[in-house]
Amino acid sequence: MRFFRYLRRNKRLAAGIAILTFLFLFATLGRLIAPPARAYPLAVPANKPPSLEYPFGTDSQGRDLLATIVMGTYLTVRIGVLAGIIGLAVGTFLGFTAAYYGGALDTIVRWAVDVLLTVPGLLVLVVIAALIQRTLNPTSLSLVLALLAWMGPTRTVRSQVLSLRERAFVRIAQLSGEGNLEIIFRELFPNLLPYLGASLVGSVTGAIFASLGLEQLGLGAMREPTLGMTIYWVQYYGAFIRGLWWWILEPVAVIVLIFMGLFFLSAGLDEFANPRVRRVA
Amino acid sequence: MTALLELREVTKIYSGGVFRRRTTVALDRVSLSIGTEKPTITAIAGESGSGKTTMGMLFLGFLPPTSGEILYKGKDLWAASKEEWRVFRREVQAIFQDPFEVYNPFYKVDHVLTMPIVRFHLANSRQGQQEMIEKALIDVGLRPEETLGRYPHQLSGGQRQRITVARALLLQPKLIIADEPVSMVDASLRATILQSLRKLNQELGISILYITHDLATAYHICENIMVLYQGSVAEAGDVETVIKNPQHPYTRLLVGSIAWPDPRHKWGQEVAEYRGETLTQKTAGCKFAPRCPRAKPICRESPPPLYQTNHTRAAACYLYEDNPILAGHEIGRVLSQ
Amino acid sequence: MDPILSARDLSVYYYTERGPVKAVDHVSLDLQQSMRLGLVGESGCGKSTLAMALMRLIRPPGRIVHGEVLLDGVDLVKLSAEEVRRTRLSKIALIPQGAMNSLNPVMRVREQIADGIVDRDELFSIAEIEARVTELLESVELDPRVAGMYPHELSGGMKQRVCMAIAISMRPKVIIADEPTSALDVVVQRQVMDTVRRLQEELGLSIILIGHDMGLMAQSVDFLAVMYAGRLVEIGSVEDIFLQPLHPYTQLLISTLPTLEVRGVFRGIPGITPTLLNAPEGCLFHPRCLKATDACRSEETPVLKEVSFSHCVSCYLYEDNK
Repeated sequence: MRFFRYLRRNKRLAAGIAILTFLFLFATLGRLIAPPARAYPLAVPANKPPSLEYPFGTDSQGRDLLATIVMGTYLTVRIGVLAGIIGLAVGTFLGFTAAYYGGALDTIVRWAVDVLLTVPGLLVLVVIAALIQRTLNPTSLSLVLALLAWMGPTRTVRSQVLSLRERAFVRIAQLSGEGNLEIIFRELFPNLLPYLGASLVGSVTGAIFASLGLEQLGLGAMREPTLGMTIYWVQYYGAFIRGLWWWILEPVAVIVLIFMGLFFLSAGLDEFANPRVRRVA
Repeated sequence: MTALLELREVTKIYSGGVFRRRTTVALDRVSLSIGTEKPTITAIAGESGSGKTTMGMLFLGFLPPTSGEILYKGKDLWAASKEEWRVFRREVQAIFQDPFEVYNPFYKVDHVLTMPIVRFHLANSRQGQQEMIEKALIDVGLRPEETLGRYPHQLSGGQRQRITVARALLLQPKLIIADEPVSMVDASLRATILQSLRKLNQELGISILYITHDLATAYHICENIMVLYQGSVAEAGDVETVIKNPQHPYTRLLVGSIAWPDPRHKWGQEVAEYRGETLTQKTAGCKFAPRCPRAKPICRESPPPLYQTNHTRAAACYLYEDNPILAGHEIGRVLSQ
Repeated sequence: MDPILSARDLSVYYYTERGPVKAVDHVSLDLQQSMRLGLVGESGCGKSTLAMALMRLIRPPGRIVHGEVLLDGVDLVKLSAEEVRRTRLSKIALIPQGAMNSLNPVMRVREQIADGIVDRDELFSIAEIEARVTELLESVELDPRVAGMYPHELSGGMKQRVCMAIAISMRPKVIIADEPTSALDVVVQRQVMDTVRRLQEELGLSIILIGHDMGLMAQSVDFLAVMYAGRLVEIGSVEDIFLQPLHPYTQLLISTLPTLEVRGVFRGIPGITPTLLNAPEGCLFHPRCLKATDACRSEETPVLKEVSFSHCVSCYLYEDNK
């Protein structure tokens, strides 16, 4: 109950949760209305504008766009979430251990992160994606994206832990007989949760961006109706010139919604975690 | 008789900076031993930069010395086994300055009380644990029903600090390092907390190292005092004599600057003789020489040794060079042990 | 002789989600010319809020609910924001808590001092500003070369002196200093307070020193006002307050102080300060007062009354005195 009262005050968080909940329902319940089978080519007549039978219209390959967008939302967000979580998990683990134990481990991790961050990400992704294109599917794409998603979190978690490590409550924990691992999990980790939450949102957003970028270059799973691939087909079939406006509008609208939801969620979490930003009544 | 915890000729140097390595000597060959014979309350007094906090951290085993030894029950602490460290952690506890920072904001205040009981196996059952905690809280003047189950930000600074004292109480260590325990607490509560500390010492036989810059409270609660200036011992001995009749010029300056809460004892004029602050310069001789109104040529050449001026005090100043010299680790002679 | 600064029945409330907090409640006090007044009380007693109110720096959710602040006869509460801004620094200056940490880290000292001067529409040439800055630094006993330095290159005491220089840059008549030495070492504190005293004598300033350190007050001010839970409970000369405190709270406060005479005796004040949200009825101190009577518990909060020459107290124990 207190949560809902808080939501009334933190409008950004409320907006973010609302949008994302809507998208979640859209992606899951939407399947009942538009069977996923119709999201693949030659399922329905092609190039039809929105009508009662096909509320979102159809595309040039004969896909029902409602089914396509429903599947696309699910797939694209899943790619982002998977990549974001893996990247964050790896980054958190490395950041924590590097900061807490220091010494050689810290030096190695820092060096690796700094070097890899200078590598142009998109280029690497393009190369990798082009190499494994035949076997590319949404899951393997997530793994590829995760490869480049862990560096940011490592850096930031490391600096957070470095500053937390010197705090008096850690000293008291040591004086209470807590061992190093226990201090990491019991004392430091909970304090990092709000920060990790916001970082996760950032990672997911970044991964979705990256996946859209790769896919619309044609480096995604060709068969799957992800949002990025939809945009690729839009370009491939020259939808602009041919006046197939519904095909352009729908994926873009959903993408905008996804990002708005993530943005508000992030801003809302920031307000929650940072008492100084909080609005006073 | 082996001391419980001893610093022997300990030097601690911090080095910073990327290109030009800036080194700061936080502590310069200081020795101090806390004995097991009689539980004492010793003040480590000094201003910022004196090295007193560093000394506390060294005693607590949070910092390794750059040179010199830290002996726990006669054995080198940093070469000790894991088991010995466990015992060390149990026997040497701390009370820190900031009553908010010592609590993990994620947990209720009960956390700092229950963790050590669990980790050190101090109670046999949940019941026993609860009883221990409640008794300790009552002993420091708190009501368990008003303090347990709350988050740190829901309690006042005074309550939080008293809980840390209660924590020390229930652990019953042999030594407590109290780093400015009352400086962030309101005046009206200071007395209560100091009273609790005194009780820890007299009734439970716990030695206390009281680190502070406030000589007024040190005067009241401690028996011995060691005055530090920029990492070296300036003066040490019985607290009453040192404060009522300071010998080292720095101690004189310090004592003369105490703001006594008595309008009849106003700040005098003698402090005007001292030169103002100088940004730290490396001097070959006595560290206080640049500011000292009584500096002689020899003061700038080599650092003065510790002279024993009395059976209860010693000062590191050439003004007293007619007295016998005390080696660093013999400083215990002038401190009632 | 008219006081240079007066608060008359001033009340400042903070309107929070849980109701109004009476941070300052019906406080009246006078500051005479060249007088050094101390305002002392524990944390949360309202002394900083009072300082901000005197400078009209209270922001929402706080509000000056009623009362007057008379500076040289002019009521600051009734002035417009622009007029008040002009009055600040030129007539009354504030050295806020933690001022030395609020110096702009990327501006040199010279620019920060000049900021205040230039802002007041007085056209100065660069040479004149430089001369003025040097003059100010010397008056706070700083080497003029400090003008070209950045705050992080200075020690705590030096930064505090820079804040003092900024405060006196427009030659105000009143300076309010809120905990000016709380973060400083004992020796530096003494030196800074010596400088303050000298400045005050030379410039004929009136000073309000706010703090919780009774020792500092005993050494630095002539008159002392004691606040408790938003109210002024006692005011008098420093000798009166320390040697003959009248209000039970003041008496308890004095008794907890360590003195040079008697060693090792401690006394605390039982109980805790009341929340200003739902303050108890009657005198706010009665739950902790050993001498509380029925009158204290039921009637309105007692009013400040003069008991002996310039020694006033608000307590029912002295109701019959005149």
